[in-house]
Amino acid sequence: MIEILYFAWLRERIGIPKETWMTEAVTVADLVDELRAREERYAIAFEDISSLRVALDQELSSFDAPLSGVREVAFFPPMTGG
Amino acid sequence: MRVVVQDAPFDPGAELTAFSAGSAGVGAVVSFSGIVRDDHGDLDALEIEHYPGMTERALTQQAKTAMQRFGLADVLVIHRYGRLAPDEPIMMVATAAAHRRAAFQGSEFMMDYLKSRAPFWKKEHRAGQTEWVNAKLSDEDALMRWHR
Repeated sequence: MIEILYFAWLRERIGIPKETWMTEAVTVADLVDELRAREERYAIAFEDISSLRVALDQELSSFDAPLSGVREVAFFPPMTGG
Repeated sequence: MRVVVQDAPFDPGAELTAFSAGSAGVGAVVSFSGIVRDDHGDLDALEIEHYPGMTERALTQQAKTAMQRFGLADVLVIHRYGRLAPDEPIMMVATAAAHRRAAFQGSEFMMDYLKSRAPFWKKEHRAGQTEWVNAKLSDEDALMRWHR
């Protein structure tokens, strides 16, 4: 079981801020494939992952990173703070 | 070192005075405040979303890095989230050091980081329409110069 969080336009496109998901994914990219296969709104939201960022347990990471031991995955667009 | 993420407004002047008073004897204090800009005169509000938990963690980590890298005596970061009106302060960074160079560089480093690595997202509200602000390539370039 993994907690998935979505922020900004990704949250709006998927329609929920977070969810718990039973995954067999080895890497973040595998998880994205699982999500894309679920419903069209996920397929559309994750169409271009080069326009997205990912954090694993609240640390910025990459799409080829392994998910083993990770409890919280967050997907979001590039940050625009300051 | 102080890192604050809040929805309430703050007074950058009062914060700077308090920060300077707490950094007695350091020689140099630099501060930067970001303010909600209304370029076309039609901005109703700027909405800021963040990732509670990661935001505080990321900012604290970066403030620690800045303290070490530039030999700073102290760092202050305040960043708001929620709905902000034009001309309201969004955030501020202040750095204290023995000399100006370290204080300036520390502040710039914190800002460059904050723009593209702290989990904040801005959305503009204009005339009943909303639009997410796009990240700028120039912000990414600004961050990269610290990795050279």
